[in-house]
Amino acid sequence: MSAERTVRELKITPIRNGTVIDHIGNGRALEVLRIIGVDDLDKDSTVSVALHVRSQKLGWKDIVKVENMELSPRKVNAIALIAPTATIAIIRDFKVREKRPVDLPERIVGVLSCPNPSCITNQKEPVESEFEVARRRPVVLRCLYCERLVDEFLSHLA
Amino acid sequence: MSLKGRDLISVRDLSREEIEEVLKAARRAIPYAEGSKTSHLLADRLLALAFFEPSTRTRLSFEAACHRLGGACVTIADPSTTSARKGETLYDTIRMLSGYADAIVLRHPNEGAARLAAEASDKPVINAGDGAGQHPTQTLLDLATMQEAFGTLSGLKVVLLGDLKYGRTAHSLAHALAVFGAELVLSSPPSLKLPAEVREHLDQMGARVTEEEQVHKAVRDADVLYVTRIQKERFGDEAEYAKVAGSYRIDNAVLAGAKARLIVMHPLPRLTEIAPEVDATPHAAYFRQAFLGVPVRMALLSLILTGKAL
Repeated sequence: MSAERTVRELKITPIRNGTVIDHIGNGRALEVLRIIGVDDLDKDSTVSVALHVRSQKLGWKDIVKVENMELSPRKVNAIALIAPTATIAIIRDFKVREKRPVDLPERIVGVLSCPNPSCITNQKEPVESEFEVARRRPVVLRCLYCERLVDEFLSHLA
Repeated sequence: MSLKGRDLISVRDLSREEIEEVLKAARRAIPYAEGSKTSHLLADRLLALAFFEPSTRTRLSFEAACHRLGGACVTIADPSTTSARKGETLYDTIRMLSGYADAIVLRHPNEGAARLAAEASDKPVINAGDGAGQHPTQTLLDLATMQEAFGTLSGLKVVLLGDLKYGRTAHSLAHALAVFGAELVLSSPPSLKLPAEVREHLDQMGARVTEEEQVHKAVRDADVLYVTRIQKERFGDEAEYAKVAGSYRIDNAVLAGAKARLIVMHPLPRLTEIAPEVDATPHAAYFRQAFLGVPVRMALLSLILTGKAL
């Protein structure tokens, strides 16, 4: 069975409700799964992951499909950091209700902890981390408190 | 374009025009700072000074500035005497202080503390240094010193020497000098170079920046030699500190090749970076620089608290 065909089946396997995250950069699906938090899912739900799939747009891509779950805006923002090319399709009652690219907002609140250990946001103060986008391609964020620039996100996801 | 009621967290919060307004007000404040004129501009105003990290010049010059303007201040000089020791958050301490005073001056060991304080306070917050982060009032008095010596800031060639990695004065100053079109020469040991993000920011501003590790070469055609302390408290490793400490020492031999009008500046306290023999030369500007901290802070307090200058 070719990779092409597997994907086709993955894409068309009908689920009643859930989310398909497509066009994930090659090799990043497991990081996306970490953001989704598989432990939080309904135990009867299926999670499908396709790695290293041919893509016209990207050459190669990953796909994640999760039943019975819709992503919170915070998780969408985190996915936008790890997989800025991804698209998110919401399936309701077997139909694609909504499909959109992930979009990195100007301000990212509470998604990442600041990598600067001396930053005031890491000191048990009643404050959420907040970053602004300093650069979009590739993504670089600036902490609004200590002004540190951040270009590596996975190890700092809150 | 008024500074009245505004926070001062980072020198980036100020436009070039606003910096010029502060410097102009500071020049007018000099006779008041010297005590030859008196002012009651801040009569009935109360300033809170919250210093969570040791400081001599910054705290005393803010207190002096406040008193010279006829204002009063309440001071936390030793955080071990406050509820911070019982675990009270900075947020709560500042929130409480903002109920007591008309403005808050904060020195804190953590970067970003002043930004958080500004959120907690409904009164203006002035950053007097947050960890390795920003120290905008130091930058303003540095600019005032250069402007007094040369009458201008644009076109000056300024050597930033020493600890450019941890020294917060160097980061704020580099930004402000770039705003005024000064030329920067970075001179530091390889392990204490300017952080990448600061350098990148300067490049984005179109600043003229070069590097010269050798001090005697760097000072050759410079107008200002800005020396910073190698900050022992920022090193985790004693051996690493010992290696770089003393590697940048300014004495009359180093200055022999410099222009007659070169001024040597230092935010103080100095350890061994500048030999005492330099004090007697016309190059020494660091004590004048420390004095100018008072009129510059008077200018800021009057503009922020009343919207007026002396």
